[in-house]
Amino acid sequence: MATGTAVDVVMPQMGVSVSEGTVTKWNKQVGDSIEADETLLEISTDKVDTEVPSPASGIVSEILVQEGETVDVGTVLARIGDEVGAAAPAAPAPEPAPEEPESAATEVAEPVVAEPTAQPAAPSENGKSFVSPVVARIASEHGIDPSQVPGSGSGGRVTKKDIQAFIESGEPASTKASEVVAPPPAAAAPPAAGQVTQAPEATAQVGEALEPMSAMRRGIADHMRKSLDTSAHVTSAIEVDMSKVVAIRAKLKKEYESAYGVNPTYLAFIARATVETLRDYPWVNGELRGDKIVTKSFVNLGFAVELVDGKGLIVPVVKNAETLNLLGMAKAIADIAKRARDKQLTPNDVSGGSFTITNPGGYGTFHGTPVISQPQAGILGTYAIVKRPWVITDDNGADAIAIRSIMNLTLTYDHRLVDGALAGRFLRDLRARLQTWGESDY
Amino acid sequence: MSEKTYLQAISDGLREEMRRDHRVFILGEDVGVYGGAFKVTLGLQEEFGPWRVLDMPLSETAIMGGATGAAMMGLRPVAEMQFADFVSCAWDHLITVAAKQRWRVGTPVPIVLRLPSGGGFSGGPFHSQNPESSFAHIPGLKCVCPATPEDAKGLITAAIEDPNPVLFFEHKHLYRRIKGEVPDERYVTPIGKARIHAEGDDLTVVTWGAMVYTAGEAAKAVDASVEIVDLRTIMPWDKEAVLDSVRKTSKVLVLHEDTRTGGFGGEIAATIAEEAFEDLDAPVKRLAAPDCPVPFSPVLEKAYIPQVDDVVRALKELIEY
Repeated sequence: MATGTAVDVVMPQMGVSVSEGTVTKWNKQVGDSIEADETLLEISTDKVDTEVPSPASGIVSEILVQEGETVDVGTVLARIGDEVGAAAPAAPAPEPAPEEPESAATEVAEPVVAEPTAQPAAPSENGKSFVSPVVARIASEHGIDPSQVPGSGSGGRVTKKDIQAFIESGEPASTKASEVVAPPPAAAAPPAAGQVTQAPEATAQVGEALEPMSAMRRGIADHMRKSLDTSAHVTSAIEVDMSKVVAIRAKLKKEYESAYGVNPTYLAFIARATVETLRDYPWVNGELRGDKIVTKSFVNLGFAVELVDGKGLIVPVVKNAETLNLLGMAKAIADIAKRARDKQLTPNDVSGGSFTITNPGGYGTFHGTPVISQPQAGILGTYAIVKRPWVITDDNGADAIAIRSIMNLTLTYDHRLVDGALAGRFLRDLRARLQTWGESDY
Repeated sequence: MSEKTYLQAISDGLREEMRRDHRVFILGEDVGVYGGAFKVTLGLQEEFGPWRVLDMPLSETAIMGGATGAAMMGLRPVAEMQFADFVSCAWDHLITVAAKQRWRVGTPVPIVLRLPSGGGFSGGPFHSQNPESSFAHIPGLKCVCPATPEDAKGLITAAIEDPNPVLFFEHKHLYRRIKGEVPDERYVTPIGKARIHAEGDDLTVVTWGAMVYTAGEAAKAVDASVEIVDLRTIMPWDKEAVLDSVRKTSKVLVLHEDTRTGGFGGEIAATIAEEAFEDLDAPVKRLAAPDCPVPFSPVLEKAYIPQVDDVVRALKELIEY
């Protein structure tokens, strides 16, 4: 190859609407010499039949499209080079509409483009306080203060999805639930929804300090108040001999940590046993909605998680916990706990729970009366496992005192739906599952 | 059903109506022997003869005046402008006479005016415009802008059936690029009804014509569920379909190839603000060509006509809002 250059002949754009053309005749063959502007081939398109002149003088080095073939505009038809087959890797075929680098296009265009570029004022500075029309409407329909809703929009703005998720999560007492418990008109009205945030301006006395409530704190305050106003809270407790679980966990711990990188916590065992037991007690996993009792074919298990700064609490939900074995449960709990502490939870993660477990036992407490996460019907409290002298019956039927690992469990339930006897049976069955946990159970 | 180009679908619709109704005839520049600037009417003169496919002198005024008179006398003319841009020559007959006749004296004026419009091929300022909003503003005119071959045939049929002047904006960029299944039998696509091009929940794009495809490409490039409402008709436009979608998604982008100020998108945005204010979760956003003539240079034209990347950027702004 003499110069290393070759010229491409492309299917020309014959009119604005033509996108393809057919080669009807080659006037030259490979090896023929040709002058610039001499007819090289004839083509036919939807609109016209025409001759295509050679763009350069030289030798027809390659013919790439045969007579009768139809190709898109811009397709390389032939190459004109210095000698046969000597076409260098051709320069890119000139496109009918050349792609320009974006920046170049913008640069050139700017003087011409007179488009007003005023953008909608981004609510970056007052994102939290700007409320869009649809959010305002939904908030007013549900009696929610939008400033309590975690915002994911620009500048922390509350989006429509945020407030919808907030409502679905049952964070505020739902209107429906409130209707259920609203006393007859003659009775004294319960504290109004949202009362906490509408409290009069606080002033500090000598020796006192004031700090503003975080949105989360206000949300917790409202929710706790509303839950107590909604459900008839009753708590039952039971003592569970966790010796078997303690022994099995000690065995599994090393395996789970090395093989799966997850700690099989007592909470995972308790959650597994709880999910199994809930299958037999659909009302404990249910809710009151209007004048109906709702039961569910799934267990969406919420876990109360304390935030690292000790100034808040969030209840992420493990969805479809009934599909998880012990390992899956341990992993799911570790995942939501980590994401809760890292503030990585999405609105979907904290909504839709059907039952909740709270675990204040880590600090040694042995009893408590947690508040139900609305609109659920119950919450299980788990407490410290402590070694206690325990009366057992040996194989000969003789009583003896042994040292056993004992844990208290509480079930706080909504007595509107769940009666004491039902709660008692639930706790009995849950205890039985934990006390008889076998090595092959998972 | 068979696969047809957008152009073939229009041509088929014309042929079908001409076979069905002897009052239907075509007039325009080079529509006969040459088959029209874009070959939409190719073969029609052979089939129907020179008196039903009239080659007119180079005068849009004569074409529009002739069509108006013929319509008043009971015929059903389908007039072609070689490019929509040239319709300005016919403004007086179209606006002063054809559009008002029904209101003034009660005479039906069943004209179809075919307007090859739109850019994207370096046609420059005289061959690339989308002047639909100018005519949507004139009471008495209907404006349709099909995006698919199926709608192109169904709407040309509806336009010919309609007793009023209907402007049929056919997008040149779609002529041979867009193919789709078209029913072989006769059918009518109702004027004034939108089509949901893609269903979605997170935000709505309201658009028409070639921008339907630009929006479709852009929707694939964002992480959100985008509903694309193809208006199909600009006047009368399907307000309910738009409002229904906005009520669902609460965020809306109005997209058109026409220039921004006075473009029909402004009417849509204003209506949404008036009638769906309490459903909005973000300002109604418009994306359109800037307020200047269509540039000739391919580079400038690309900067001028909204491109997929521009739509993606607009969608992202709405998503992040």
